[in-house]
Amino acid sequence: MTVMSATTRAAEGGPPAPLGPLLERIRAGREFGPNVYSTLDVLQVLYDRVLRITPATVDDPDRDRFLLSKGHAVAGYYAVLAAKGFVPVDWLDDQDGPDSLLGEHPDRLLVPGVEIGSGSLGHGLGLGAGTALGLRAQGLTTPRVYVLLGDAELDEGSNHEAIAYAGAVRLANLTAVVIDNDSASHGWDGGIAARFTVNGWTAATVDGRDHDALYDALTGQDGSRPHVVVAVVREGK
Amino acid sequence: MMMRDAFVDTTTALLAEQPRTALVLADISAALFAPAAGRHPDRVLNVGIREQLMVGVAGGLALTGLRPIVHSYAPFLVERAYEQIKLDLDHQGVSAVLVGIGGSYDRAAAGQTHRSPADVALIDTLAGWTVHVPGHAGEVPALLRAAVAGDGPAYLRLSTLGNDRPRGTDGSLAVVRDAGPGAPLLVAVGPMLDAALAAVADLKVTVAYTHRPRPFDAAGLRALAGAEVILVEPYLAGTSARLVGDALVDRPHRLLSLGVGREELRRYGSAADHARWHGLDAAGLRRAVSAFLEAGR
Repeated sequence: MTVMSATTRAAEGGPPAPLGPLLERIRAGREFGPNVYSTLDVLQVLYDRVLRITPATVDDPDRDRFLLSKGHAVAGYYAVLAAKGFVPVDWLDDQDGPDSLLGEHPDRLLVPGVEIGSGSLGHGLGLGAGTALGLRAQGLTTPRVYVLLGDAELDEGSNHEAIAYAGAVRLANLTAVVIDNDSASHGWDGGIAARFTVNGWTAATVDGRDHDALYDALTGQDGSRPHVVVAVVREGK
Repeated sequence: MMMRDAFVDTTTALLAEQPRTALVLADISAALFAPAAGRHPDRVLNVGIREQLMVGVAGGLALTGLRPIVHSYAPFLVERAYEQIKLDLDHQGVSAVLVGIGGSYDRAAAGQTHRSPADVALIDTLAGWTVHVPGHAGEVPALLRAAVAGDGPAYLRLSTLGNDRPRGTDGSLAVVRDAGPGAPLLVAVGPMLDAALAAVADLKVTVAYTHRPRPFDAAGLRALAGAEVILVEPYLAGTSARLVGDALVDRPHRLLSLGVGREELRRYGSAADHARWHGLDAAGLRRAVSAFLEAGR
């Protein structure tokens, strides 16, 4: 695993445009749910400091992959993609319209830089495991696969098929990021990391607003096992 | 040799010949692929008894440029993992070759859990799929090789049932028995051919065969069909009726669609027993075809 410096990675993505105005263009007067804001910090740290992806390398086999499994968290995702130059900023002015390429859930065939189409929960981790296996089978040892999920999404049993298998085969080029905003109807407070570690993953649970803590966690894999970052975000905290 | 053995042999060869080929399993047939797994541990992936993951992993492999073959019993492959087929393959704009065994009632004594008469109807809800239903193990290698060499989505439906010899066609309707111009046309799919031939042996009925019901050979049907068409399919009755109707939309015609019934019989026994109970043995087909032709006189 080649780890580039944070400075280099940020430079690859170009200077980040301020996200606030971009989000406002997407919001267009609507109410955003907490899911939009709870993912924003993780997305910023990933795209500013961790992921080796630029608009010029969206088809490069050696790029890192970011898979948004919780596909409803698109507003921040679209804003980040626009800020980084993957999509034109003026696309943000028309989400969901008949001619828009930006829907309520992202479509990889419509939006440059989007690795998977998602929306139905519980698909990203399986696709991510397959992507990690495909890279490994082709000797591509540099790229890493990051899958962003939500704590409620972990209700879907398909995730647990992927968690158990990725741990069993030591899928070391896979990182899951779980946004824990305490939204699962029958969750397990504080137990998210344990669901992964019992299957042989390494885990880091951090404050989902703390960029430096997120960066350390997102780059904290040990190189021999899959890694999970639980980003805890609580309303009003 | 059984179709499943032909599948294992051909897939094992493809894995050695083509570094782009990968195989994803959910325990079923894993022992048969142990030699291939030993030689290609990164491309023979047994995820355990996890069918959703099996198809999801195939989608991920395809996203990196590999050509996955995905295999299990048809009910677990197509029915249990249907949303993964829809979303992890089709919606991502990638494809795989799905290979199902078990057919409609090959393992009749195993009960409803191991039967999949609706598999082709479910695949039919998706766009652009090629469906191969071989009628003999000897047809399997060429069909599998063509499917893997292509880049579109394909489903191979393997069965323990079949005909006494392989028929090499390109998938278009092939006339096996010609009863002359204007005769009723019977289209037999895959393993149904021998029973269909026996059923109409002394009737003036043309019999055509296909092991590729999707895309359906509409042009071939228009060329061969008169005003009476009989479909004999090894899965849900009527699965291809819509396509016959579309092909003959400008022609008055009568259609008899034979296949597996929808109702769960809640009986065990053998595949031959179920063929008889569903009216798909030679005697049952004969009764249905005779009644259909009589009603048109």
